[in-house]
Amino acid sequence: MEEQKWTAVVRSEHKLFDVDVKGLKDCKDLIILLVRRTFVAKYKQTVLGPLWAIIQPFMTTIVYTIIFGSIAGLGAEGVPNFIFFLSGNIVWQLFASTLNDNSGTFINNAGTFSKVYYPRLVAPITSALSQFITFFIQFAFMLIFLVYYSVRGMGVHPNLYILMTPLILIQLAALGMGFGIIISSLTTKYRDLNMLVGFGVSLWSYASPVAYDMFSRSSLASKEPIYYLYMCNPVTPIINVFRYAFLGTGEIDWMFYAISWVTTLIVLFIGVLLFGRVEKTFLDTV
Amino acid sequence: MEELALKIDHISKEYRLGMIGGATLKGEIQSKLARLMHKEDPNLKIGETAHDKNERFLALDDVSFEVKKGEALGIIGHNGAGKSTLLKLICRVTAPTKGNIYMNGRITSMLEVGTGFHPELTGRENVYLNGAILGMNKAEIDKKFDEIVEFSEVGQFIDTPVKRYSSGMRVKLGFSVASHLDSEIMIMDEVLAVGDVNFQNKCIEQMKKVASENGRTILYVSHNMATVKALCDRCVVLSHGKVVFDGNTEEAISVYMQNKDYENAVYFDTSNDKRAKKCRCTHTVQSVEYPAMQSNHFSYGDKFPFRVTYKNEESTQSDTLKMKMVINVIDMSPVGVVFCGELEHDESINTADFVFDTSYLVPGKYTADIILYDEDLSGNVMFYDRVNGIRFDVEHSDDSIKLKHWFKDWGHAVLPCVKPAGGEEK
Repeated sequence: MEEQKWTAVVRSEHKLFDVDVKGLKDCKDLIILLVRRTFVAKYKQTVLGPLWAIIQPFMTTIVYTIIFGSIAGLGAEGVPNFIFFLSGNIVWQLFASTLNDNSGTFINNAGTFSKVYYPRLVAPITSALSQFITFFIQFAFMLIFLVYYSVRGMGVHPNLYILMTPLILIQLAALGMGFGIIISSLTTKYRDLNMLVGFGVSLWSYASPVAYDMFSRSSLASKEPIYYLYMCNPVTPIINVFRYAFLGTGEIDWMFYAISWVTTLIVLFIGVLLFGRVEKTFLDTV
Repeated sequence: MEELALKIDHISKEYRLGMIGGATLKGEIQSKLARLMHKEDPNLKIGETAHDKNERFLALDDVSFEVKKGEALGIIGHNGAGKSTLLKLICRVTAPTKGNIYMNGRITSMLEVGTGFHPELTGRENVYLNGAILGMNKAEIDKKFDEIVEFSEVGQFIDTPVKRYSSGMRVKLGFSVASHLDSEIMIMDEVLAVGDVNFQNKCIEQMKKVASENGRTILYVSHNMATVKALCDRCVVLSHGKVVFDGNTEEAISVYMQNKDYENAVYFDTSNDKRAKKCRCTHTVQSVEYPAMQSNHFSYGDKFPFRVTYKNEESTQSDTLKMKMVINVIDMSPVGVVFCGELEHDESINTADFVFDTSYLVPGKYTADIILYDEDLSGNVMFYDRVNGIRFDVEHSDDSIKLKHWFKDWGHAVLPCVKPAGGEEK
């Protein structure tokens, strides 16, 4: 008797780490189309379109520049406040929006997920990639100012560490996605965590050097225990590296940058693991 | 060995009834902790066991069948039989509680057409998106795009956002995309219930074409037996989560209609029928027959005989025993009640013969429910027995000319004539 070949098997018992990698590869076109959909749909029927991607950080940065820069004096010494806050802002936004968007993966996609099967990880990946598009628009906007400030010799010193940019961005997205899918996996049953995400993320931004410079004044720079605690926030070293590369301000603590990577990988791994467990049956509980 | 496309291997799917888990995270943690420490769950009401609280419901119970490549399989069953759950498991939307599903080839589900349509995007963009969600890559969609648009009949609006489409257009476009997929196994659930009649016919043609030409496997779920008959070579009948029949379509449909044995029967054994709780069962109908008849098809105007055999418990001698019949149309809508008077019950088994006059019923398919009961002077009724589903057909005859053009909303009973006052007596 000839052995029957099967292309896919649905099993009732799960392996611990159950990710459909092969299926994910076949979904390249789907991911591209979904990213496109998200982007196009976002700016449909707006007059300014993708300009909104710039307006939002631009306005925030102006407010930061006035309040945290001029009034509170929290900017970095020697660097124009505007570009200092802008750089922090867009990097933070990439992380925060990836996290926010992913934290609702299951609930938001329940409609589609209940009708068709495609590897569920497509959704968080799509969402992370869509945030990149917004980021690149903002990034280009920042580069314009960067060039302007460097040509005028106004205290910004872009250096070779710029080459690390892809690494930084991937890490930010992975971290945001990791936290996001952990939350989305945990919220299929209890929505409590969802309430936390919105303001939790904005509180988190104050625990990261987004709206202030951690090196110029505070006790944060003085290698006290509070510094170590502070640096354990995985986003902090990333923002520091980014600012050091583009503005030449602050310093890079390689140990904590490495720790940040380790944290990222662990979070992402746990996220994918949880996601893989939940995706099988979440429709029965969502 | 013929190649299989799909193998369902002892699948069960269990759902928890009622609230899922505790109402809050706190409650859940309390319950879990209590269970860990072997203490009583603080969230249970007194007298309740954990089992009551998590009552489970088996939507599918040990279902197994195989589908050969190129076969069109119908899945039929009443609402709640588990059809949709089964399809959800097959298209991997949710996972089974027990058992495995093996599939050979790509599966496309048309559980709901137009899945993932984004209202803001144009028809064209949505065709690509929907195609991709359903598992095609861009090159495949490119190749089929014109065909899809032509089939959908919305070519004119293809560059208009889908939110401006009528619901019919959306469905047509959705169906077109799904039916032009190159997947080996297609799953369809009641999709044909939408669109206008012309489009529905077109869809059936398309599905037949798809099923026959390319040797694709089709799983079709519907309540519409005409389309099941048109599409499927084989049917699985589900009932309460179990496969009750697996075989050719005609037979499956009659099993589904639950009239398999009774279609042309002249003898109905009712002794083992399930009785309702309120029946006392001290007198029970053992059988009903149409003595000396070849079939249960009677001409309009005929008076056909029927015989009821009933069993009486001892010490019921003093009862009065009456009989009545509820006449129903085959779809279970009631027509009326026939009172049959008092029955003798002097022995343990009695028979009674009756004659039924068909001239009060419009030609059609009927079932009778026979009720044994008694009532006292103030009208209190006690039920002894009730058996259902005694089938008979009333067919047109010369006498039924006046009923030829009978409208559906006239009911099914022909009431006695009313003549002008002072006219003839009869």
